[in-house]
Amino acid sequence: MRNILAIAGKELRSYFHSPIAYLVMAVYAVLCGYTFSSFTKMYMFQTLRMQAMGGMGVPNMTINEYVIRPLFEGVLAIVLLLLIPMITMRLYAEEKRSGTIELLLTSPITDLQIILGKFLGALTLYSTLIVITFAYLSVLFIYGNPFAKPLIAQALGLLLFGGALLALGMWISTFTKNQIIAGVVSFAVFLMLYILNWVTAYSHGAVSAVLSYLSLTTHFDAFAKGVVDLKDLVYYLSVIVLGIFLTARSVEALKGRA
Amino acid sequence: MIEVENLTKRYGPTLAVSGVSFQVQKGEVLGFLGPNGAGKTTTMRIITGFLSASSGRVRVAGFDVAETPIEAKKCVGYLPENPPVYTDMTVKEYLAFVGRIKRVPRKELKKRIGEVSEKCAITDVQHRQIGKLSKGYRQRVGLAQAMIHNPEVLILDEPTAGLDPKQIIETRELIKGLAGQHTVILSTHILPEVSKTCQRVVVINKGTVVAMGAPDELTARLQGYGTVLVTAEAPAAEITGKLQTVPGVTLVEQRESSGPRITLEVHTEKNHDVRAELARAVVQSGWSLFELKSSGMSLEDIFLKLTTRDLSEEVSAQEESPAEGGGQAEPVN
Repeated sequence: MRNILAIAGKELRSYFHSPIAYLVMAVYAVLCGYTFSSFTKMYMFQTLRMQAMGGMGVPNMTINEYVIRPLFEGVLAIVLLLLIPMITMRLYAEEKRSGTIELLLTSPITDLQIILGKFLGALTLYSTLIVITFAYLSVLFIYGNPFAKPLIAQALGLLLFGGALLALGMWISTFTKNQIIAGVVSFAVFLMLYILNWVTAYSHGAVSAVLSYLSLTTHFDAFAKGVVDLKDLVYYLSVIVLGIFLTARSVEALKGRA
Repeated sequence: MIEVENLTKRYGPTLAVSGVSFQVQKGEVLGFLGPNGAGKTTTMRIITGFLSASSGRVRVAGFDVAETPIEAKKCVGYLPENPPVYTDMTVKEYLAFVGRIKRVPRKELKKRIGEVSEKCAITDVQHRQIGKLSKGYRQRVGLAQAMIHNPEVLILDEPTAGLDPKQIIETRELIKGLAGQHTVILSTHILPEVSKTCQRVVVINKGTVVAMGAPDELTARLQGYGTVLVTAEAPAAEITGKLQTVPGVTLVEQRESSGPRITLEVHTEKNHDVRAELARAVVQSGWSLFELKSSGMSLEDIFLKLTTRDLSEEVSAQEESPAEGGGQAEPVN
C-alpha cells in the first residue's frame, strides 16, 4: 500500500508541477459553469412563465429534473471525454519517453502496484473535477431546495464513468512514447464508446443489443437520473478492472521487447 | 553474487544476446566492454529485471530474477544509460521518491538521502529542479538514485557518459571506492575506463562473450607472449646481447634511442615474469636502469582484435582469478 501511495503521490505532484492539472480544472470549471448557469437560467425562465400562466405544471418542474439531470446527462460526459485523455495520456507515455520506466520496472515493487498507484493518482485529479461540479450544485441548495439523495448517485456515477475512462486511457498510454498519440487515440476510443448506442436507433437484434450494452452512455443514464442500478455498477467496475488488467498485460509485454 | 547462465535474448528474428554466461564475485568490479550494439545494455537490463530473457537464467544474491523478482530487485541499484530522472522534481524530492519505492525505511530515508548526496557530490543542488541541472549533475543524481537503498549490487550502464574530464575522474574514484562493499558491473566502450576501474573484464561482441579475465591477463593471453620495455643507458649491441641470455627471453628489439639512453622491447615466454632478472642483468653489468615495465598489448589492441575479426577459438579465462595485481612500473633493486 505504501508503494501504491508513493506512486500516486508522484503522479499527483507531476500533474500539479506542470500546467496539466490547472488547465484541466480551468477548462472544466468554465464549461461546467457555463452549462450550469444556462440550465439554471432556463429553469428560472420556465418556472416564471409557468407561474404567470397560472401555476399549471409547477410542482412537476423540480430542480433535479430540469437542472441537475440534463447537466449530467449530456454536457458533463462530453466535456469529460475531452479532458480525461489529457489526464491519462502521460501516465505511461511520458515514463517511456524519459526513460524513467526503467527506474519503475527495476524497483522492488510489483507492476500492479505501479498501475494502481498511477490509476489512483489520476483518479484523485479527476475527483477535483467532481468537487468543482458539486461546488456549483451547492449553490442550488442556498437558493432552492433540490433533493439531496439523487446527488449521491450522480456523484458515484461520475466517479465510475471517469474511473472507467481513466483505466482505458492508461492502457492506451502504454503503447507509445508520444503523449499526443496516446491522447488522440484515447479520445477516439472514448468517443466511440460513447456513441456506440446509436446503433439502437436503426437496428435491432443481438449485435445492436451488445453494442448498446457496451456503450458508456447506456449505463450513465440511470446514474444521471439519480438511480443506482446494479447492472450499471457492474459494467463500470468491469471496465475499470479490464483497463487495469490490459495495462498489466501491456507492461508485461514491454519486458519482452525493447 | 551475480550468476548469469546461458543468457539469450531474441527480439523477433534478431539475436541480441546469445548464450552469455559469467559470474561476478562479491565486492568485485566487473567491466562490460563491447562496441555499441554488442548487447551490453540488453544483458544489464535482463539482470536488473527490466527485460525478460528468452532463455537462460540470472541470479542476483541467490535470487532468481525471473522467479523472485522483488527479492532480486531489492539487492540491485541500476543506473541506465540515460539517468531515469523526473525533470519536474527537485533533487531532494526525487531521491525521496526513489527511496520510497526502493523500500528504504521511512526513518532512515532522510539520512540516506544526505549520505548518497554527499557521496555523489550533489548536496549543493538539493533544492534545484532536475530539469535545470547540467548533464553531469543529472548523471550523478542518477548514480545517487542507484545507491539510495544501499544495494549489494550496482549495475551502471556507461556511468561516465556525458561527464567532463574532472567529473569522469571523480566518478571513477567513486566507483573504485564502492569495490569491496558493493558488487559492481559497469559497461563502457571507453577502454581506459576499464583498466582504471575494473578488476575483471568481460568483452562482448555481437551478443556473445569473446573474452573474459583481468585486463593484464587478457593482454598476455591474447598476445601469446609478454613484452617488457627496458630503458637504460648502455651500448646498444652489448645490452641486447646481455638481455638475450636471460632465461625466458625470446627476442630483444631496439625501440628507440636518444643519446646514450636506449629503449628495448623484450619479448618473453607467455606467463613468465622476467622483470627481476632483467633488472639484475642490467644493473650487474654496470649500466644505469631508468625504466622497466611490462607493456603487453594495450586494451585498445585487444579490443580491436577481439571485435573486428571473428575469433573462432573463444578466448575465455579460467575462473577464480580475479585481480591479479597490475604489473606496471615496479620498483627496481
